[in-house]
This record gives sequence, structure tokens and C-alpha cells, in this order.
Amino acid sequence: MSTTTTRTPARTKRPSSSSRFDSALGWSPGFSVNMLLRIVLCILVFCIFALPFAAIISGAFDRNSSPTEITLLPKAFTLANFEAASQQGLWSYLLNSLVIAGGGLLLQMTVSVFAAYSLSRKKFRGQAFILLLVLLTMMLPEEIIGIPLSLVLGDLPLLGVSLRGTVLAVILPVGIWGFSIFIMSEFMKEIPAEIEEAARLDGVGEFRMLFAIILPLCKPALGVIGIFGFMMVWDQYLLPLIAANDPSDYTLTVALSVLRNDTTVGPGVLLAGAVMAMIPSLLVYLFLQRSMIRGITAGATKG
Amino acid sequence: MTSAPTKPAAMPAQARRPSPPKRRRKSNRAHMLAVWVFLVPAAVLALYFKFIPMLEGIRLSLFKVQPFLGDVFVGLDNYASVLTDARFMDALGHTVILGLTQTVGALVVGFVLALLLEGQAKSLWFLRTAIFLPVVTALAVVGEIWRILYFPTADGPLNTILSWVGLGPLQFLNGTDTALGSIAVVGIWNGAPYNMVIILAGLAGIDRALYESAGVDGATVWQRLRYITLPALRPAIVIVLTLAAIRSLRSFTEVYVLTGGGPAGSTEVWMTRMYSLGFQRNDIGVASAAAVLLLVVTLLLTVGTQLLARRKAER
Repeated sequence: MSTTTTRTPARTKRPSSSSRFDSALGWSPGFSVNMLLRIVLCILVFCIFALPFAAIISGAFDRNSSPTEITLLPKAFTLANFEAASQQGLWSYLLNSLVIAGGGLLLQMTVSVFAAYSLSRKKFRGQAFILLLVLLTMMLPEEIIGIPLSLVLGDLPLLGVSLRGTVLAVILPVGIWGFSIFIMSEFMKEIPAEIEEAARLDGVGEFRMLFAIILPLCKPALGVIGIFGFMMVWDQYLLPLIAANDPSDYTLTVALSVLRNDTTVGPGVLLAGAVMAMIPSLLVYLFLQRSMIRGITAGATKG
Repeated sequence: MTSAPTKPAAMPAQARRPSPPKRRRKSNRAHMLAVWVFLVPAAVLALYFKFIPMLEGIRLSLFKVQPFLGDVFVGLDNYASVLTDARFMDALGHTVILGLTQTVGALVVGFVLALLLEGQAKSLWFLRTAIFLPVVTALAVVGEIWRILYFPTADGPLNTILSWVGLGPLQFLNGTDTALGSIAVVGIWNGAPYNMVIILAGLAGIDRALYESAGVDGATVWQRLRYITLPALRPAIVIVLTLAAIRSLRSFTEVYVLTGGGPAGSTEVWMTRMYSLGFQRNDIGVASAAAVLLLVVTLLLTVGTQLLARRKAER
């Protein structure tokens, strides 16, 4: 039965890949008015969504960039904006950002893998309740609990330690994210129990089971929680703001608003900062694109 | 489902089947230990940075919080002041308007993008990658980009383009009439490519034979969209819509970066009002009450969505 179901799509796909039934709008494959219209629309869409980025990058490398003169290529190429940016301490903001993103992501992925292993490969009493709590953490983003969270960061209950002004104040709160726990445990559930049973008979312990048997089978899911986790951490705004003691603790994204309000720096420096804040997420996206698409579609179909 | 094809390969394990129950009872304690050891990191972090703040927020919402004079229990007074505060009610209105326009706009634009960019050609794949950039970029950066595009003089980037078609110059973020709309445009620009990916996945799942037979029956492109494409996409669209609606209730960063709630409070949303009360005016009790109200609404909406989705799945 399974062979017939896999064969039928393959049979219908080949002829349709060049037919007008390939897409919902029935774009015709050959050269025609229809095709011309599609090209024009595509160019328009490209301009709207991608060209602002080109303008920002160009402005960052332009000697006399101003908001009233946006060009797609710098008129007078210079690195002066980045030099000025480094005098404004942008590299140290970037370092803050990178430390927080690296540490936060590592912590989040570890915590999520551990929790997912327990929730998906084990059965225990109270499991449904724990799952409910995990769901609840997704509904408690930093924005909603921001005010009491800032108090907690200033004076950790029971421990009496203040995290404010340290990178830990951002790294620890982003360590728990229900979304990556869910994605990970959904994926781990799909691994057949026989693999685990066989390993158990060979006397494999829990940690080796997770790291040597289960995790290597979860590589695609690691990509998914990696890119989504990175974007989540990199996108943090309120948390670094309330976790900071003074502006030198800011991350790069938060520091942009400081630059903007500083009348002594020109728009070119602000653009240089924006470019610096864009590059890490661009790199991560380009490397892990496939995981990203997979994660979005999985999230949409599973709810 | 995936385990079905691997069953035959695992046949040898079946011969040893009788042993697991006995082993399981013996290793029950080890099993429970493993369960909890792996849950501890998540539990500690969730307790400290989610649940204690949540409970603390609920507690604070019942007090008049005074840093050096001690907190005074005021019951539900803080909730009453939130609900009777005109600026909070304005903020609620803005939140709903912004949420609706952003959600619907991003869905419609995402749908159009998906229809336009559906296909397997390399050039289309490249376009989709490029168009996805706004989603990957941090919101704060997106905000800075648009502040520049929206530069309100006649020679600002967007005003220049508007002047080509004879419109213009607009104040964008600086005008009380245009500011909220300008923020909504940024939200749509930021959210549409994400929806595009979801809708593209839905489009790919539609049986091409349906299009073909509709073509044989002489259906127009519009009829094909209306009777085949839209019904097939409905489940995905419902989920996208509700998730976006819930998320837009707590939109903060883009508003804060773009306008900070101004000009003249015309873009004040629930979150920015709460933030300025709590952190700038130190009215922590009232701000906490506002947070709890938002949390309750979010919880209700989320649970409602889950129930709806579950009932749909059962059907």
C-alpha cells in the first residue's frame, strides 16, 4: 500500500512541473504577457522587501550618508562610520550581544534537549501537568512579566544575588523557552522505541542514551531550535533593557536607540550599527535556512 | 507511524520481550531519577524567571507599592484604576486597531506573496530567500531602518517615492493621524514573509490533479482560488490568524523603537503604557495590574484557540 501512495505523487509531479497546473494562479511556463506580468510583480516585491537592506548597507559605507539621500551603492565609499562606531563603543555592545546570544542559545538548547528527552522518551506521573507548565512558560514572555522580572533580577529569591548588570541576567531568563522544548520533544517522540530498547539491553546509561543514541537522530531538530532560539535571543529588547545597570551593559540592538538619540553622531554611524546588528542573524539564517522553513511549517501544521 | 516500517528490523528484540516488565519494576527508581534529573534545569529556570515573577506580579497588583514606606494592601484598587484610566483605554483601542490591521494585512500580503512566488524555479527560490530577510532581522533593527525610510521631510526616502506618483509629503511617524498606520505597515512588512512560508507549505500540499480537473471543467483562475486553494489553506490560515492576534496584544518593541508611544499618545499601546507606568513613573502596583489583565486575556485566547484546534483535529 505504501508503495502505491508514494508512487502516485511522483507520477503526477513530473509532467506538472512544467504545466500551468503547477501553481495556484496557473503561471504559464513559456514566455508570454502572463510571464512578463509575473516578472514585473516579482521585481516590485523584491524592491519592497529586500532593497531597504541594500540602502542601509550602502548608507553605512557612505561618507556623507543622510536620511534624505538613500542610495543603493555608496557614493563616497568609506569605513569612517565604522571607525566612529567603534569610538562609540559599538564593538563592546556587539561583544555583549555575542556573549549573550552564544551563552543563552547554548543554555536554551541544553535545557530544551534535557527536558524534551524526559518528556518524550519517559512516562511518569504528572507528565501532563509538566507539559501544561511548559505551555504556560510560552505565555509568559518577558514583556508581560517584565516589571516583576526586573525586581527578581535585582534580588534573586532565596539566593539574595543580584544579576543586574551581568550578562547572566539575560542568559538565564532566555534559557527557558517552551517552544524549543516542544519542537524537540515532538521530534524525539518519532524515534522508534526499538532503538532505545536495544541500546538499553546493551547496558547504555541515560546520558549516553541521550547523547550517543537519541541526539544524533535529532540533528534536523537541533537545527530548528538553534535558529529559532538564536532569533529569539537576538531579538530581545525589553530584557536587556531592564537587566542593565547602565548603558554600557546594553546589547547592540538596544544600543542603537542610544546612538539614535545622540545628536553628536551622524546617521552613518547609526547605519553602521544597524549593519553590525544584522550580520550575525543573516549568517545564521543563510546557514540554517532549511531548518528555518521546516520549523515554521511544523509550527503551523501542529499549532 | 514512522515506526511501522522499522518493525521487521527489530524482530530479534521481540524474542526477549518477556524480560522488560521485570526489569522495569526493578529499575523504577532509576527511571524516576533520570526523569527528574533531566527536568531540573528547565524547572529551576522556569521557576526563577517565569513563575516567581508571575506570582510576584499578581501579588504586586494588589498592593500600592512604595519603595521605602512599605507596601500597602489595596485589594482591587489598582485594577479599578487601570480600567478607569482614559489613557489605558486609548491604549487598548490602539492595541486592537494595530493588532487587527497588522494581522489581517500580514496575512493578505503573505497570501499574495505566496501565490506570486509559488514554484520550483531557482530564481523563485532566490527571491523567497531575499524576501524573508525582514523576518530574520531583529525588530529593533527593523525599527531603525524604517525610521530612516519614514524620514518626514519632502526629500525623505519614502516621501521621494510618494512624490513620483504625485502624493505627498507625509509626516508618517511624526503625525498623529499617520503614526499608527505607519507602525502597522512596518508590522505587515515584517510579518508577511513569515506567513508566506506557511501558506507556501499549504499550497504545496494541494493535489495538482484538482487544478487539472478544474481546468478541464473550464474553471477560471478566480474560481480555482475560491473553490480549491482557499478551502485547502483554511486550517493553516486559522492558526496563523489566531497566533498573530495573540502575539499582537503584547507588541512592544516595534512601537517603542518607532515612536515610543508618541506623538501625543497617538500610538500608545497597552505594553508601552504599562512600561512607562512601571519603569518611568514607578507606579508598579497599577502597572502589575495591567500586566495581569493582559496575561488573563492572553491565557483565555490561547486556551480557546487550543480547544478550537483540537476540536477541528478530531473532526
